[in-house]
Amino acid sequence: MAAMFSQNPVMNGPNYSFSDAPRTANGEFREHRFNPYSDNGGSTLAIAGADFTIVAGDTRSTSGYSINSRYTPKVFKIGGTTSSQDDATILLSVVGFAADGEALRDRLDAICKIYRYRHGKPMSVTACAKRLSTILYQKRFFPYYVHAILGGLDEEGKGAVFSYDPVGSYEREQCRAGGAAASLITPFLDNQVNFKNQYVPGSGTGHDLKEREVVPLVRRDAEILVKDAFDGAVERHIEVGDGLQMMTITKDGIEEVLLPLKRD
Amino acid sequence: MFRNNYDNDSVTFSPQGRIFQIEYAAEAVKQGSVVVGLVSKTHAVLVAVKRNAEELSSYQKKLFAVDEHAGIAIAGLTSDARVLSNFMKQQCLGHRMTYGRSMPLRTLVDLIGEKAQMNTQVYGKRPYGVGLLVAGVDETGPHLFEFQPSGMTEEMSAFAIGARSQMARTYLERNVESFADCSREELVRHGLLALRESLVQDRELTVDNTSIAIVGLEEPADAEKTKKKTLRPFQLLDGQDVKEWIDASNVPAEGEGEQSGDGDRMNVDE
Repeated sequence: MAAMFSQNPVMNGPNYSFSDAPRTANGEFREHRFNPYSDNGGSTLAIAGADFTIVAGDTRSTSGYSINSRYTPKVFKIGGTTSSQDDATILLSVVGFAADGEALRDRLDAICKIYRYRHGKPMSVTACAKRLSTILYQKRFFPYYVHAILGGLDEEGKGAVFSYDPVGSYEREQCRAGGAAASLITPFLDNQVNFKNQYVPGSGTGHDLKEREVVPLVRRDAEILVKDAFDGAVERHIEVGDGLQMMTITKDGIEEVLLPLKRD
Repeated sequence: MFRNNYDNDSVTFSPQGRIFQIEYAAEAVKQGSVVVGLVSKTHAVLVAVKRNAEELSSYQKKLFAVDEHAGIAIAGLTSDARVLSNFMKQQCLGHRMTYGRSMPLRTLVDLIGEKAQMNTQVYGKRPYGVGLLVAGVDETGPHLFEFQPSGMTEEMSAFAIGARSQMARTYLERNVESFADCSREELVRHGLLALRESLVQDRELTVDNTSIAIVGLEEPADAEKTKKKTLRPFQLLDGQDVKEWIDASNVPAEGEGEQSGDGDRMNVDE
């Protein structure tokens, strides 16, 4: 704008006698663009049990075919009183664009901390879930480029998993996989957590088949399921691997384990 | 008529160079119940007497956590203090978000100092009617600051503000040499003894009217000697939690005169 009112020659460049404007291969002018997003790969997974919730993610961070880091956590504790998050009650996993994921985590954590100051108690997961949806939708036209999953225990002490799209649509589920290998893990989860395509033996054929009754998993089984899901994903997806970070919420707090995954 | 013409607003000097509204605000601080703060090389402690307006009412809160590493004690208008406390909380949270570390105490105190000073120089505003003791730990160790409605802030090794706080200050002055090397237990004990000095006749420190706050650097539980001391987050104690501290301060330490005894005899909660 300033150039419009300036007495000097037009300041739209250094005014060389040749043009260095970017062109395509066949000589046409090419528009310069800035892409604010990148994809850092990786995968996440959350399973809700009767009295626990597991949130897990691999720890690899990628750019294209390169590995940025073999340990970049994607699962975070939210809403503790201190920065050590020892008394946190909620877990958030983010996968997609890591910088957006961390910014989102910081914002949600700050909001939960303010809630604690004002009310003298931690935020419930259901409240936090709704709030996260609002945060995401506030950036409807420049979204946080992440697939977020929130985990915790609800007011009745039952495991709760909430999953989100990048602009804040969310629902409560028994389990959810996110990120690069979501499409690989999801059918495994459908079968092993929600017992899809499992029928009572000898109940007949065709329409007579009776579906196996869905019951919440016990914690140990769920943990084995998570490890198996990631071991499978690592074999078939190049952006998944290195380490498996697994956090489990129970009424006694949050336990964190780090398991090795293939590093190839 | 002998009306004072120079106290209608906080922006006008009197011919003697005084600003009466600020002095009145300082008086409001003296109406509040007493609070005491002390620091050692490792800890900062705040203690306070809470007041209830009437028998039927609850006790007014005197200590507030600001962030995991800092907190305040207030004397004066509680509602004004809450405004400042919320402001400090937000600033600390914002600082943590942008810089990934806790806000240095001096920075925090300067922030409210500037905020308070604005109210003394802008027409139509009034000074805060509250004084604060800000205690906390940052990268340079534990600190205690005094804050006045004028916007004045000052670092202290021990201080008391509020009603009859001169008595507590006298106690602190008598013992100030020993504070630097005090343990957490000794520091709280000194705080409670100073507080007791300022109580009116036949009032006592009870679980209902006493608040204690502790923040400091301590050896981590799984410490090897080489390890750095870590933050023990700002902790507020009220009600039954202060009982053992009050009981411990009631027992005279052996050989206690002007100087306090050494800490060995006061293993309060070990």
